[in-house]
Parts: sequence; C-alpha cells; structure tokens
Amino acid sequence: MLSFGGQTALNCGITLSKRGVLDKYGVKVLGTPIEGIEATEDRDLFRKTMLDAGIPVARSAAAYSLEEAKKIVDELGYPIMVRVAYTLGGRGSGVAFNEYEFEEIVTRGLMSSLTHQVLIEEYIGTWKQIEYEVMRDAYGNGMTVCNMENILAMKVHTGDNIVIAPSQTLNNREYHLLRTAALKATEACKIVGECNIQFALEPNSERYVAIEINARLSRSSALASKATGYPIAYIAAKLMLGYSLSELINKVTGITTAGFEPALDYVTVKMPRWDLTKFDKVTRNIGTQMKSVGEVMAIGRCFEEALQKAIRMLDIGKNGLVADSRHEPLVDPDKIEARLQRMTDEIIFDVADALKAGFTVERINKLSSIDPWFINKIKNIIEMERILRKEARKVASGDAPDLLRRAKQLGFSDAQIAECIGLSVSEVRLLRKRLNIVPVVKQIDTLAAEWPAKTNYLYFTYNGDTDDIQFRDVMKVMVLGAGTYRIGSSVEFDWSTMNMVWDLKNNGVEEVIVVNCNPETVSTDYDMSDKLYFEELTLERVLDIYEKERPFGVVISVGGQIPNNLATSLTAYGAKILGTDSVDIDRAEDRAKFSRLLDELHIPQPEWSTFTSIEDAKAFAKKVSYPILVRPSYVLSGAAMRIVWTQKHLEQFLLKAAKVSPEHPVVISKFIMDAQEFEIDGVCDGESVYIGAVIEHVEQAGVHSGDAIMCIPPQRLPADVQQVAVEYATKIAKSLRIKGPFNIQFLYKDGIVYVIECNLRASRSMPFVSKATGVNLISLAALAILNGKIPTLPRGDSSMTQVCVKAPQFSFMQLDGADPHLGVEMRSTGEVACFGRSFFEALIKALIAVGYKIPKPNGNILITVGGIQLKDRILNLTKELIGLNFNVYATEHTAEYLERKGGLCVKVLNKISEPERKPNILDYLVEGKLELIINIPSTSVLEKFASMLEDEYQIRRKAVELGVPVLTTYEDAEAFVEGLKMIHRGELKIPVS
Amino acid sequence: MVAPKRDYNAALLLEDGTLFWGRGFGYPTTKVGEVVFTTGMVGYTESITDPSYRGQILTFTYPLIGNYGVPLYSDVDQNNIPLNFESDQAQVSGVVVSELCRAPSHWRSKKSLDSWLYEEGVPGIEGIDSRELTKKLRVQGVMMGVLAVAEDKIDVEDVRRLLASAKKYGEQDFVSVVSVKEPIIYGEGEHKVVLIDCGVKYGIIRELLKRGLKVIRVPYNTSVSEIMEYNPKGVLVSNGPGDPKICVKTVETVKSLVDEGIPMLGICLGLQIIALSLGGDTYKLKYGHRGQNKPCIDLKTGRNYITSQNHGYAVDPNSIDKSGLDIWMINADDKTVEGVYHEAKPILAVQYHPEASPGPYDTTYIFDMFAQRMEVRSHTT
Repeated sequence: MLSFGGQTALNCGITLSKRGVLDKYGVKVLGTPIEGIEATEDRDLFRKTMLDAGIPVARSAAAYSLEEAKKIVDELGYPIMVRVAYTLGGRGSGVAFNEYEFEEIVTRGLMSSLTHQVLIEEYIGTWKQIEYEVMRDAYGNGMTVCNMENILAMKVHTGDNIVIAPSQTLNNREYHLLRTAALKATEACKIVGECNIQFALEPNSERYVAIEINARLSRSSALASKATGYPIAYIAAKLMLGYSLSELINKVTGITTAGFEPALDYVTVKMPRWDLTKFDKVTRNIGTQMKSVGEVMAIGRCFEEALQKAIRMLDIGKNGLVADSRHEPLVDPDKIEARLQRMTDEIIFDVADALKAGFTVERINKLSSIDPWFINKIKNIIEMERILRKEARKVASGDAPDLLRRAKQLGFSDAQIAECIGLSVSEVRLLRKRLNIVPVVKQIDTLAAEWPAKTNYLYFTYNGDTDDIQFRDVMKVMVLGAGTYRIGSSVEFDWSTMNMVWDLKNNGVEEVIVVNCNPETVSTDYDMSDKLYFEELTLERVLDIYEKERPFGVVISVGGQIPNNLATSLTAYGAKILGTDSVDIDRAEDRAKFSRLLDELHIPQPEWSTFTSIEDAKAFAKKVSYPILVRPSYVLSGAAMRIVWTQKHLEQFLLKAAKVSPEHPVVISKFIMDAQEFEIDGVCDGESVYIGAVIEHVEQAGVHSGDAIMCIPPQRLPADVQQVAVEYATKIAKSLRIKGPFNIQFLYKDGIVYVIECNLRASRSMPFVSKATGVNLISLAALAILNGKIPTLPRGDSSMTQVCVKAPQFSFMQLDGADPHLGVEMRSTGEVACFGRSFFEALIKALIAVGYKIPKPNGNILITVGGIQLKDRILNLTKELIGLNFNVYATEHTAEYLERKGGLCVKVLNKISEPERKPNILDYLVEGKLELIINIPSTSVLEKFASMLEDEYQIRRKAVELGVPVLTTYEDAEAFVEGLKMIHRGELKIPVS
Repeated sequence: MVAPKRDYNAALLLEDGTLFWGRGFGYPTTKVGEVVFTTGMVGYTESITDPSYRGQILTFTYPLIGNYGVPLYSDVDQNNIPLNFESDQAQVSGVVVSELCRAPSHWRSKKSLDSWLYEEGVPGIEGIDSRELTKKLRVQGVMMGVLAVAEDKIDVEDVRRLLASAKKYGEQDFVSVVSVKEPIIYGEGEHKVVLIDCGVKYGIIRELLKRGLKVIRVPYNTSVSEIMEYNPKGVLVSNGPGDPKICVKTVETVKSLVDEGIPMLGICLGLQIIALSLGGDTYKLKYGHRGQNKPCIDLKTGRNYITSQNHGYAVDPNSIDKSGLDIWMINADDKTVEGVYHEAKPILAVQYHPEASPGPYDTTYIFDMFAQRMEVRSHTT
C-alpha cells in the first residue's frame, strides 16, 4: 500500500516499481495501480487523462528545460504559474510576474523535480479553489466524502489556506458539477482507495478546471476525515484489500453502510499555523508555496463561531478575530490595499482591519479574491464588537442577555467580551452562567442526526439549546492534547497524549476524555478514546467541558506547553489536576523560584537574571561577560531567543527587535561556550524516580535541543558526569514532588554539570527515549498520575545493545530566504530516529532519512569556515576527506589557511557575491558539481563583518535551494566524516541512491 | 417586491407539543404542514420548489441556508427549462433553518432567500436548534406542525387550536393541486414521451429533453385513451406529494397502461403508483428519506449508487411477490425498495430521483435505459 505514507511513500513505491524491484520479488501494489499514480503525478499524463475523460484543465504545457519553458510563456503571457512535478507540498512551485522570476523558479523547479519537469500554466489565482475527497472501490463504486472551499482562493496553497468544509458559496449545480467531475476524473486515473482532487472554479461562471489529484491520503484527507467523522484511512485500506463500498459499515452508526456521503449539520474551519517569524530573512507572504507547519480545525454551527474558535486554537496570543487590545490595526489605506493583494499570514486580521478602515466588501473582494460571503461574515463579527462596546454597560449589568448570547453565538470568547464591556474574564463567565448562557454539546455523526450515532465525537456550540449526550457518572479522566503542530511542539505530544489515554484505560479509568483541536493527530480520531471533544484548549473551554463532565481529574502533562500553562488557573477554578501539583509546576516554570530551588539543592546553574531596563541588562552582561543568552518576553520581529556577543548587539536587539519594560521583562543568562549539552527524560511517582535515558547532543550548547542531533546512550559524556546528572535529576524530582513525566536539560563544561531547564511534563524526546530503550515513559507516568507506584527499574539506556540517533528535519527549502544554520531558536519541523550498531551507523542512517545524500567517492566537497579557532579544527577533517579520495574545494580564506597551516593544496571556489570570479561556488552548485558543503558560520566577535556573514549565508541558502547537503556545525561535520570513513572501509553499508 | 426589513417573531409547534421559538423570515403568516427534514447541504431553491414537498414544512439540517441567494426563474437551459428551480413556485408550507444568510454571494443571485420567500408567501423560522428538531423527528417520526411567523406577539393557544383542527398530511390530495391543468408540450424531438404529472420536477423534463425527446406533460387524471392518442414511445409516471393511495385515478390509468405494454418509467411517487397498480402495497416511513447522500444497491450488479431522495412512503417488498415486479434496487442502509422492474414488460421504476436536482447526477443513466427501452437513440451530451 503506497497511499498512506504521503508523497514520500508514493515516490518510494514508484521508484521501486520503476527499478523492477516489485516485479522481481512478486510484490503487488494494492489500491491504485502504479500507472494510475503516474497519471496523477506526471503533469503531461494527467492533462491528457483529464482531457480524455472530458474534464477541462488549465491551458498549460510541460517543460524539461528553461528554453522549452520560455517558449510556453511567450504564448500564455504573465503572470504565469510554474508547477514542479514529483515534489512534496508544492515545493518549488510559484507564480512568476516577470521574466526574471520565471527563470529563477523554472531553474530551481527543474532541479528539485524527481523527473526534471515543470509545468507552465495559465494564471488562475483569483478563481475559487475547491477540493473533493473521493473514495473508490475496485468495482467502480465511487463517492465523495466531502468537499472543501479554500477561502483565500487559488492564490494560496491549500496547505496555507483557510479552508471551510463543506463549501459555502457553491450552489447545487456547481457543487454537483464538480462532484461529478471528481468521480469521472478519479475513475480515469483508476483510483482504488482514496484521493483528493482539486478544482479551480471561475467565480462568475460555471467554468472550471481540474488542477491536480493526489492519489494518496493527504493532509486534506485527514482534514476531511475529521470534518465529517468519516474514517477515510480505515475505509481506504479496506477498499484496497478488495472490499466494496457497500459491504463496509459506517463505523459511526454501526448500521448504515460506508458507501454513503456524509451530511454535515455544522461547519468546520481549518486554519494554518505559521511560524515564519522564527526565521530571519523570511517574508511573511503566503502563496502557492506551502509554508505553514501545523493547523487547527474548529467546528461550529455558524462560520463566525468556527472562525473565532480556530483563531484561538492557533495559540498565537489572540482571543478571537477582534477585541484585542494588543492588536495594532492597519489604518493606512495604501498599506491595507497592498496587504490584501499580497497576503501574509495575517490576512484574516487584515481583512478585519480593512473593514474597520471603511473598505467595502466589494473592494476587499476585488483586491484579495476572497468571496464576499466570507467578508460579510467577518463584518458580522466586527459589527458585534461595535455593539458590545456601545452597549457595554447594559451587557455588563446583565440587562442585555440576548446580545450577550448573540455574541457567544458568533464565537466571542469571554476574554473578548471582557475587553469590550470592561469586566474581567472571570466576571464575564459568572455573568453568563447567571443568565444561563452556556454552550451545548453536539455530536458529529456523519449524517446530520438522521440515524442514531454510536460515537462520542463532540464539539461545543452556542447555536443550539440541547446537549446531544447524557453525562455518565463514572470514573472519568480528561486528557488535554497539544493543539496545533508548530515549531517546537509536534507529533511527539500526540504520541504522549495517546499513550496516556491507553495507559489510563489500562489502569482502570472507565472513561478517558480527550480534548484537542489538531486534525493531523491520532488523538483526534474519535475512536481512540471514550470521548473526543474537538475543541479549544483555552481555559474557558476546558472549564466548560470540566463542568459538564465532572471528571475525576485533568491530565495536563502530556500535551506540551499549552495544557501545562493552564495548570494554575484550572486549579484556581477548582479543577483537579492529576499528577504534579500546580504549585510545584509553578516552582519549576517560574525561573526565580526554580533558581532558588537549585541553590538550595546545591546544583550549579549558569548565572542569570531578569531585567526591565536596558541599563541593568548591560551591567549584568558586563559582570558575567559576553556571550549571553537573551530571552525577551515580547518580540517585535525575528527570533525570540538570541545569543548576544557584544554590548552593541545587546542594545540593538533590545531597542529594535524586542521590548524591554516592566511589563515585558527580559531574561538574560550567561552563555557557556563550548559546553556539552545533554538531557534526562524520566518519571517520578513522588518518591521513586525512573531515569529513562541520558540523551547526549551531538552539537555543542547553543543549538536548540529541538534542532540538535541526539544520541542514546551517550557516546562522549564520562560515566561520572552522567552519574552526577542522574543524582541532580533525582534530587530535583523529589524536591518538586513530581508525579509524572519530567525532562531536565544540562550543560557540562570543565568538570561542572549545570542545570539549565526543567519541565514537569512530557518532553519532545520522550517518544525517542521510549522507543530507543523499550520502556514507555508515558506508561509509567500514567501510573504515577493515578497515585500508583512505578516499578524499580534500572536506567533505561543502561543495557542498550544498539545506538539510537535522532536527527531534525528542516523545511528551509520551502521558506524563501531562510538561513539554514543552527541556533538557539528552534527551526526544525520534524525529526527521525534510527538505530545502528554504532553511533556512526545510526547517524548516517538518520541523516539519509532526513534527505542527506552521501557523497560518492571522488565527489566534490566544499569547505568554508569562519574563525581561526574553527579553521584549526577543520584541518584534520580536510586531511581525512582528502584521504578518502574526495576532491576538496574551499573558499579563498579557508583554502589559504589550509595550505599555510597544513600544507594542504585544495582548489579555490569564489564567493557567490562575486559571480564574475571563476570558478564560482554558484556555478558549481547549479551544475550539481558539489555533493556536500561544510559551512560553519563564525561565532567569534571579531569576524562579525556583515559582508562575510552574507557570503556564508548565500552559500548555505543556495545549497539548500539546490538540494545539496550542508553541515553547519563542527561536531556534525566531524561525526559525518567519521561515518564516511566507515563507509569507505566497508564497515557500513548504505543504500544506493 | 422586497421583504420589509422587520424582525418577525416565529414559533414552530409540533404535534407532540414541542415548541420552538425563533426569528421569523419570509412571509409573515401561519401555515400547517407535515414537518420533515432534508440532509442535503446544497439545493434549497430546488427543494423549496419541488412539488413533492407540497404540504410540508421543510427543515434543512445543514445550518447555513441562503448562502448563494436566489437566481431568477428566467435563468434557463438550452431547452428553456429553469436552471435552479423545480417548478414555477415555492411549494413548501414553511422553511426551518438554523441560520438564514442575509448577505448572499453568488453571480447568479438576484435576491436573498428571505425576499424570495416573502414574494412566494412562505414563512420561515431561523435561530432554532434544528439538530434537536431533527432528532425529535427521527425518534418520534414525522408529525404535523404549525409554523407561525408574525410581526406581533404570537398567541400559542391559537397555534395549538389550529394544529388540533388541521387535516393530516396523509389524508390530503396534493397531487391534484400541483399537477398541470392542461397538457404542455416541450421540445421538438421526433419521439414522444408522455409524462403523467403528479407534481413533476423540472429536472425530469430537463433529462428527457437532453435525450432529444418530445415531452407531453399531461395532468395526473388524463385517461389512457387520451395518453395513447399521442402515440407515445413511452410513459413516465412522475414524482409527487402525499400518500400514493390517494392517487386512485392515476393508479387506474397506470394499470391500463401496463396492459398496453408501453415502456414505462416511474420515479418516486411514480414507482409507488406502478406498484399499487400491479397489486402491491405501500406504507409510510417513520421519517422518510430526504437528502442527497443515500446509497442504493443494484441487486443485479452489486453496484452502489449515491442518490438524491425525497419520499415519505415506500413499497412493501413482500406485497409485490405476485405483481410481476422484481426488486431491482434497495436502500443500502435500511434495505427499503429503491427500484423495481417488471419481469415481462418494459417497466422500470425508481424510488429515488435520477434527475438529481438537487443532488448527485450518478443515476441519470436511468433515463438512458428508459430511452433505450423506447428504442430511441440516446442523444445525451
């Protein structure tokens, strides 16, 4: 089955088939046959297949070279769409408005395509973007699970679009015209199983074109599955095994068949979560290249309700669309106009600002291509804000219950209402309850209440007056999930949530209730728990659920930081937190309190302090000496956390990029250079402590733990240092009376072990540690949380026979301009882990898994290193690479140094910024002559010259764009070269690419 | 005529005493009807003008209705049949929605649903828990109800009295109301098909015309001899409202047509009439099938079709043993009869709506089969 592992699995299957591997071993592809997949993946073939089936497509042609591409654009004119065949998430695709952009996109696209093919296509950005999810069995039966409308039209990639299911602006003819086309198109592509088809529909006619088919389950399938309650993946698997649609049962009702089409009696709104501000040099513009890292889905009985819920779910500091005192509205009409035309991740707020600034619905529609239907709905929200403010006194005194109810029906949170009427959030809650304005629970049942449903897939709404379910009085536990994926919080917390759910069940909890809002997760599969609330993880909503359900308690330690942050307020409202007491959580979360605790326990920590003025910060920095690590609580632009090397930089950062004031304190700590960083993941039941593993970072301190390559068991840390850390962890766990999972981060330098951070919750590395050691940390945590005793076990990594390495996956390619170097701010968007008999084997496997290509013998490697210190260290590496028969190239200064100090003769490549000087790095990159780049940015103070940094950046950037692996830390390079040596010696076998 | 910008009170009272208060729209009046629900997410203009909904207060389970406004009746296809309407007027007694869209958006829209229903004299209620209403109908079965929409306060006692005295849905003859009074001829085709209009949807006429046929739409009570005088290649017995057993005259006519051996296609009520004419029996479903997502299985081929449905009555499968009819299709969910064919005569009938409108076009091939049986070459485009 090739359709369940995304594009990666699909590509893998096609390659296996093309190379004859499947035939050789007699392996059958279940579901859509290879030729069907090819008909959807190959642009030319797709076009032909569609036209043969009578389905219109956009005017376009495929090109295999820049020359071919130019001929096509001459005919179709600008703006023009360039699509790249066989890539992930539309990688490399884009709209060109002129010849210059066109050449750039086409060149890059040809490089990144598996088949060196791009498609040049007429521009249909202003059309409606409509998708259908289609199921087909092997007997010709097809149906659509649902359709979806992309609010930001064709302009924006569906992954970055705000998506509503079902469509809202299509009438019966259009809905079924496209539905029929979807069925015909998928039949033509011989789909068996499930697929997604995208159409563009002209907003003022019935003209439409098919854009693409994903012959596999996709992000959209997951969304459709959650939006309807139809278990798409489950049914697709059955269909591929040869079942027919009519013989399978609809799991939701238990009696009706799977061969029907879900009818919704609610709407769902999906919003993407972007983390673009984490990247310097990356614009916040969105378009045909997907840039988001996660998404949420909100369910409501009207659009306004769902939209405002979705905004809160994103956890971007917003209480809804409007009524946000911190929002600085756009007022300049020119600026608004520009932002509506060239959208950013803030488009939905820009539309609201435009309406407030007096833009008409028609004008906004014209500029943005957003259908007036949606703009009018946004207008309703703005109008409600205005009325609430106007009638503030009346509402606050309880004399306008209808208005208050209407506001709740339009998705206003208590916090938004509080902002409008001048009460505190808790006062609004009390007022509401006094007036009996409370939400009701509704079920998602796939067929709009027509048949009795067996599931407990639930959401809250104010647009209704009766709960769909009755609440049982049994031993129940609520588990809070992690919400949207974002940089720093991803599938690891879904793993934690699910394992907690299962282990609570195993330990006798009768009803486990999950609260989460991320459609990409397993925890939001309604059949994974006893009850699923597809809901906000806000205090207001968690309390609503708590008050309806009256559970034994709430688990907040498996969903990352969002639930963790609710601990204190939930306790204040009388909710019972299971696991570590919220007072103790606060003792770990509050830096001052935690620091005091460490002092009491005589555990070293880097010097730190909190500041509310620049002068004090400067004085402290001088005292502890630079570099320092600066963490502002409010950031204006760019990354939040930084290492600062000089006073001048500190001033610049605090004045321009961040705020420092009594309301926005800045935490500064001494940055210990050249330190070894490591972590401990463990579980404590209040008394005994289980140490899962000591996790060693390959890179030195200064690389965020989420971006570091990690290894279990430790390879370099001396045993006595590990022992000290284990003792510290045990002391801290006992002092904080931890009941549940914990993670502590350490530094080691010059014989001293420092503690830098402690989290009393599941950590990112827990699935890694659990899988590497075979002991599930969350199972133990579930025991501890339910007041059980955890068994006495030896340290998890003490008896491992293999080495396990975890490596980060980055998405720099998708983010135009992003600098692929590593730093204190996390930037990776995924991870892999691999086992090996040795560290190097595991490492090489992990790097291959995240997309590194191992340089072939006699291949060309470029070395460019800043800083004398680093150049010293790189000398040996260069010798070894030469010894392995690689052709080593270097930039001018590096080459000169290597020759002077080591007598090594390496060839020089000139800087990208000096294209006239040949041979040039850029030419080598574009021509595919470089197989690996070791580019280590200088960190020392003296070499922080802008131009030099820029040169280094350009090399890294171009390398990423052209898919050439780059190593940016000395430790990574050293480990990689060691791995190459093993390959060279034949000790390590790697797959041929 | 434009709906006045006023806030109306609205109340929906059900037979079991349940009372929903909401905001009124459309025309301020009080109407009695059988309260039913449809789960279709699009197609409100088609449903509201579907004559089969005559005498019924229609609840849309999809919560946002009116999004794409209402186009003109004069928007027609190449055969002059309206594109977005199933007859020339709103047929329902009332409309129930969770939220009415007051700012519609569509290139074809000329007015809001509110304004259109005002023109059509149909009351509407919004802002009620339509899911709760649907669940009540599911559990207790469809029931009579009164929808009252008024500018002033609504007197619940008046509404109760009205409901108590109202004639039951099943006792009323709606077919004679919705059927044409005089024959109408559509199309220029060489081959003629007589369409017995029991409340036909334009969708059926659209599909026949697409196949190059000349359609002679005749009143429900047209005699066999009049029908045969047209020298048709086939006869289509249409959909329509109410209990099929009320349609005594049409059942008689169809019985004779069966004897004539002329190719026939029955749709919805048409199927029920054909079954009755051959000695079969029908019964009332608890809450009917109304929606666009209904799976039907062809028992001959095993194929599963997604169909559009709107019926409150069904044929009792045990009653047709000796009728000469065989069960052709069943509803995949509750196994009710969805299609029959005659063992010896060229008669086909389906319970669902192959013309879609609203709904999926997956079963328009039924018209091709009908055309083939009439030995007419299909001209489907």
